[in-house]
Amino acid sequence: MNLVIISGPPSSGKTSVILKTIEAIKKRSINAGVVKFDCLYTDDDILYEKAGIPVRKGLSGSLCPDHFFASNIEEVVKWGNKEGLDLLITESAGLCNRCSPYLNGIKAICVIDNLSGINTPKKIGPMLKTADIIVITKGDIVSQAEREVFASRVNSVNPKAVIMSVNGLTGQGAFELSTLIYDENANIETVKGSELKFPMPSAMCSYCLGETRIGEEYQMGNVRKMYIGEENDKH
Amino acid sequence: MISIKELEMKKIKDLEAQYPFVLSFFENNKLNVDGFKDSTFIEYLNHFTEEEIEEWAIDVPKISSDLEAYINQMLEFLGLEKDNVDSITILAGRDKYGNKENFEELTINKSEIVSIVGPTGSGKSRLLADIEWAANGDTPTGRTILINGEKPDYSMRFSTSNKLVAQLSQNMNFIMDLTVKEFLELHAKSRMVENEQEVVLKIVEAANELAGEKFNLNTPVTGLSGGQSRALMIADTAILSTSPIVLIDEIENAGIDRKRALNLLVNEEKIVLMATHDPSLALMADKRIVIKNGGIYKVNETGSKEKEVLKELEKMDKTINTMRAKLRNGETIN
Repeated sequence: MNLVIISGPPSSGKTSVILKTIEAIKKRSINAGVVKFDCLYTDDDILYEKAGIPVRKGLSGSLCPDHFFASNIEEVVKWGNKEGLDLLITESAGLCNRCSPYLNGIKAICVIDNLSGINTPKKIGPMLKTADIIVITKGDIVSQAEREVFASRVNSVNPKAVIMSVNGLTGQGAFELSTLIYDENANIETVKGSELKFPMPSAMCSYCLGETRIGEEYQMGNVRKMYIGEENDKH
Repeated sequence: MISIKELEMKKIKDLEAQYPFVLSFFENNKLNVDGFKDSTFIEYLNHFTEEEIEEWAIDVPKISSDLEAYINQMLEFLGLEKDNVDSITILAGRDKYGNKENFEELTINKSEIVSIVGPTGSGKSRLLADIEWAANGDTPTGRTILINGEKPDYSMRFSTSNKLVAQLSQNMNFIMDLTVKEFLELHAKSRMVENEQEVVLKIVEAANELAGEKFNLNTPVTGLSGGQSRALMIADTAILSTSPIVLIDEIENAGIDRKRALNLLVNEEKIVLMATHDPSLALMADKRIVIKNGGIYKVNETGSKEKEVLKELEKMDKTINTMRAKLRNGETIN
C-alpha cells in the first residue's frame, strides 16, 4: 500500500483537492481510501462516503491534533492494509502551524491557498517547509500577479518541493497531482518505528494540565513571557 | 553551481553581495542576519541555541541545503536565455466518449488570438490544463502539446518561475492591502526585473489606456473598480508575467476597452487563448475552437463576413457603453 500524508491550514481546500485527485486516480483502477483527522468536528467523511471512497475519521478533541495523529497513525496504516487499499491518504489540519504530521520516507503534501495572504509562507513552519509537494489552491480568484508572488515566496521557504496549482472546484491540476502521488513499487506495511520529520515542541505548562486561573503564581513548567517594553519588536 | 560546503564557509556579507536574492531567502525564512555580516554562514547557523531551535522550529541542516538549492535555482533562472515560445501545437486526442477529436493538429503562433467557445462544462478547463501541463498523451484526453513544434523538456511542468500559462479570469480579485505602486513593485521584485520603476510606470500607463476611468499609483488595489482591476491585471500580465501563453476566461464588457486589451497582449508577443460566450470577443480572434463533449469539435477561421458582423457588434457595444456613461453622468436620454 502507498501512504500519503496531506496537511494544511483549515479551509485551505484539502478535502476538495483529495476528492478530485482520487477521482482522477480511480480511472487507473487504484483503490484509494482516506483517514480524516480533525479537532472538534468534521463531516468531510460524508463527502468521501458519497464519492464511494472508504473513509475513517478521528477527532482529537482536547488533544493537540498533531500529537493525536502521531499516536494513531500506526493503527490507521493497519486499517488501510486490512481494507486492501492501494493508496491510503491521511488528511489533517495544522492548527498552530508549528508542527507537522510528516514522517520520514512517506510522501508529504501541504495544501495552502492563495487567499491566505502572501506572508503565509513565513508563518507556517515544518508543515510547509518539509513537504515534498506543495499544492496551492484558489488560484482562480486572485490575480495572476498575486499567484506568481505567492508561489515564489513558497519556493523560497521550500526550494526543493514540487509546487503546483490545483483548482478544487474544477479539478484543474488534480489529474496532474494524481500522477505524482502513486508509486507502484512503494509498499508500506507498517509505520511502526518510523520517525516524525520534525520533532514536536516539549511544551508542558500548567494550562496543559487544566489550570484556568490567570496570574504569574499559577504558571508552572514551560512558560514564556512576551517582551512588551522597548524591546518588543526585536522578539 | 554552488555547493553547501562553499556556501557555509562564505561570510554573510559576501553571500549578500554575490547573490543579492539571498535577502529574500533570509527574510522569508525569518533568518535575522543583522550583526552577523562578518560571520560565515555556518557560524551564523551554529549561533542558534537549543531553545531557539525548538521555539522557532528551526531545521538547521535543512536551511543550508535549501539555500544551496535556492541559489542554484536562481542562478539558473537568471542565466537562462528566455526560452522563446514561438508557437504551440495541439495534436488531437479524444472526447469524453473516447471518439477521436475532429481535427488533426492546430498550431497557434505568438501574437495570435484564438477563442474557445462551447457550453459550460464542455471541456475548456481540460484543454487549458493540457496546455499548461504540456500534455504528452498522458492526460485523460490523450492530447499532445508541442512547443515550437517539438516535445518540450518536461521538467518545466514543476518550475515555479517558468510557467507556460498565465490566467486571467472573470472571478479574479486583488486581495492584498497595497497601493498600485507597492503591488507592482512587489510583483517586479519577484520576477527580478532590473528597471523596476520604469516597468511599474509602463504598466500603469498601459492599464490607464484600457480603463474607462483613470487611477494613479497611490490607489489601493482593493479600491479599484471592476474595469480598472481587469485593466491592471491585463497590463501587468502582458508586461511583467514571463508566461508566453495567456488564457483569458471572458472579459466583461464594462469599464475596459477589450480590443485594446487584446492588442496589448498581442504586442507583447503573447499567445492568447480566450474562452468566451460573447460573440464580439469570439469574433475578435483569428480562429475559434469549438468544444463539445470534452473534445475539440471544430476549428473555425474568422471569415470576412464574420469580420463585417464584428464591426456591427462593436458598434452595438459602443452604443451600450456611451449609454452607460451618459446615465452615470446624470444625463437623460431623449
